[in-house]
Amino acid sequence: MKRPNILLAASFAAGFLGAMSPAFAETVLKIRPFGDLKQIDPVITSDYMVRNHGYMVYDTLFSLDEKLAARPQMLETWTTSSDQLTYTFTLRGGLAFSDGKPVTSDDAVASLKRWWQRDGLGQQLAAISDGLTVRDDKTFELKLKRPWGLVIEALSKPSSNVPFIMPKAIAATPADTAITDPTGSGPFIMKKDEWVPGSRVVYVKNPAYKPRQEPASGLAGGKLAKVDRVEWHYIPDAQTALNALQAGEIDIFEEVPPDFLPTLAGNPDIKTMPQDTLGMQMVFRMNTSKPPFDNQKVRQAIRYMIDQEKFARAYVSDPALYKNCPSFFMCSSPYFTDEGWVKPDIEKAKKLIAESGYDGTPVVVLHATESGPTNTFSLVAEQLMRQIGLKVEPQAMDWGTLVGRRSSKEAVDKGGWSLFMSGPTGADMFEPVGHLGLRANCDKAWFGWPCDEQIEKLRGEFAFAADDEQKKKIAGDLQKRAVDYVPYWPAAQLYLVRAVRSDLDGILKAAVPVYWNISRK
Amino acid sequence: MTGYVLGRLFAAVPVLLAVAVFVFLLLSLVPGDPAALIAGDFASPQQVEAVRQALGLDQPLLQRFLSWMGRMLRGDFGLSLFSRIPVSQLIAQRIEPTLILSLMTIVIAVLFAVPLGLVAAYRPKGVVARVTMAGAVLGFSVPVFVVAFALVYTLALGLRWFPVQGYKPLSQGAWAALHSLVLPAISLSFLYIALIARVTRAAVLEVLREDYVRTAHAKGLANRKIVSRHVLSNAAVPIITVIGIGFAALLGGVVVTETVFSIPGLGRLTADSILRRDYPVVQALILLFAGVYVVVNLAVDILYAVFDPRIRY
Repeated sequence: MKRPNILLAASFAAGFLGAMSPAFAETVLKIRPFGDLKQIDPVITSDYMVRNHGYMVYDTLFSLDEKLAARPQMLETWTTSSDQLTYTFTLRGGLAFSDGKPVTSDDAVASLKRWWQRDGLGQQLAAISDGLTVRDDKTFELKLKRPWGLVIEALSKPSSNVPFIMPKAIAATPADTAITDPTGSGPFIMKKDEWVPGSRVVYVKNPAYKPRQEPASGLAGGKLAKVDRVEWHYIPDAQTALNALQAGEIDIFEEVPPDFLPTLAGNPDIKTMPQDTLGMQMVFRMNTSKPPFDNQKVRQAIRYMIDQEKFARAYVSDPALYKNCPSFFMCSSPYFTDEGWVKPDIEKAKKLIAESGYDGTPVVVLHATESGPTNTFSLVAEQLMRQIGLKVEPQAMDWGTLVGRRSSKEAVDKGGWSLFMSGPTGADMFEPVGHLGLRANCDKAWFGWPCDEQIEKLRGEFAFAADDEQKKKIAGDLQKRAVDYVPYWPAAQLYLVRAVRSDLDGILKAAVPVYWNISRK
Repeated sequence: MTGYVLGRLFAAVPVLLAVAVFVFLLLSLVPGDPAALIAGDFASPQQVEAVRQALGLDQPLLQRFLSWMGRMLRGDFGLSLFSRIPVSQLIAQRIEPTLILSLMTIVIAVLFAVPLGLVAAYRPKGVVARVTMAGAVLGFSVPVFVVAFALVYTLALGLRWFPVQGYKPLSQGAWAALHSLVLPAISLSFLYIALIARVTRAAVLEVLREDYVRTAHAKGLANRKIVSRHVLSNAAVPIITVIGIGFAALLGGVVVTETVFSIPGLGRLTADSILRRDYPVVQALILLFAGVYVVVNLAVDILYAVFDPRIRY
């Protein structure tokens, strides 16, 4: 009787151990991203998590390298006609989607035509385009109505919405309907069957991907997937994420709250580094269509009220993690200028409020409490506005309520709003045309709806500038006008931090966080 | 009994319909706009409007309600507004960890609380009774997340016996799944141990005063038999009620524990869906929770009859 039992136990143990040990040593990179991947269409949304997902599964025609220079990525060559009206693009040989089908000009053209319906810079390219057509399987052509200096900038746009290339059949989806098929030609494949929204996203190496030969640099160069599998584990609680990193359950922790950094400082198994090279700009966004911020003098008072140092230090104490940047453009932008900038002066702010004829209309602040920097910056803003004589009515809410409320154009006593804080990434605050905060085309502008012909004229001129010198001059003029009009005001430039296990190698310095090229030492 | 069960199940239909109407109206009154969330922080108002139209959110409330009810009656819960994954699939992905966590918590709680409550009732002035009642106060008053972080700090980060966070699905082995849920189950069970122990003590104290218990003692029946045959079965009704309600509450309301331990369960799905205004998911979840309460209450009623022979339907 005993013998069969022993055999049974032995076979059970063997089966159990067999189930425990993988058939081969799969290398896995586990990341705690800063947010949850709620959807997978990088064209329909400007959500940065979807953008980051896009970089995993798609490739782009051009990419920015570490020095933010545009380099061909999916392209072998590209040429411009002497009259600057025709751009001819030739795809690299051997490019294929993860389903094995080759990438053709048809796919590129269909993808760009979908993208330019949604993206701000893309819409401008569409408006100036005189046709985007396929010449052969590998070659396609963009014709312009008049020379436009931002074609390559638009196609190498690093942040939302990125002109990712998808299969033609998927890109045929209307631009306001979300795609559901993640097939792309990027370095990884999304395992949609393992996707648990709100918890986990899994990517595996794309065997069909053909990397460039050049070494990886920023978002450009050879995108080598050096691990078999990348897992994004969305851990909503930051303390839990920190514990998981310390216990080695995850390898990378994105957007580490600044107050955790001292805890990590002495840990030899963990190192910290900037999440991206550009940082983010905190935006003090006013509703310029309704009192009190429809009054230019009140907005000008805000310029003097905002001391970037005070705002930044309320959130983070390490000077390496913030910058006082006296410009609407990121300090690292080639169009950075401090022309016309005013220094903070609370007395001048009070004086301007007194001169403005302010009638005591409350400043309704849409105060999102669950986001770290947004919450802190709203608190500081509320206190400073009281100090300069404005009546402040903070309304605490979650971000979901805020994005619903901010589309209201009603007066503040009828559910409208006056102010919210936001933190777009530096890539979206880089140059005049794509710059969301500076757009001042009234109803078509971002929430807050600034309306100024001069700003719009200068943004238009920038796109047609002949050379870099002229572009910089226009950027300077634009800044001077914006300082006077005040469509919004930058409240600081912050650098987000990610913490990584020390045994990881090859993490790239790029405009947005990307996860190819990483291996274990 | 069969007639009673069927009657109760039929009676649940209007309850669930009322819940459906209430939830739909409530969500339509809540501020927030899923189209704006989908389009992203930097979308223009025109782009948000286009998304709203594509999702049919611009249609009149009544039309949306009728269309939703029509689908619901055919068993189609619709698609998530965000991921475009069927709601039923999203719920199926999340139900396993919540169900196992709830069962583990209740099992741990019952295993500790019922004996403790019993001893506390039998020896009301003994050490066990005093410690149990003091522990019950502590169990009620210490927030779950405090217990959770204390356990993580000692047993996960310190001794490395358990993972800090996450859930291993049953497909990776039953042991892996249970191991990943030990700390969350212990954290949650503190409250339920306190609750069930107090209710057990009170119910047993009441039964101990009954004549038939005194008679049993007078007859010279062994204590073990008195407890199992006379005391526990007669004190079972309130204990089963608390266990049933606790189980139903666990199935729908362990958001904090699921967040602290990063468990992809129904609680987190509910909270996330509410925050992002994913209406089809929220509506389906609340209906599910209402259904769970109906079924658990029915099960509790049936168990009354099993334990207490005086109750018959």
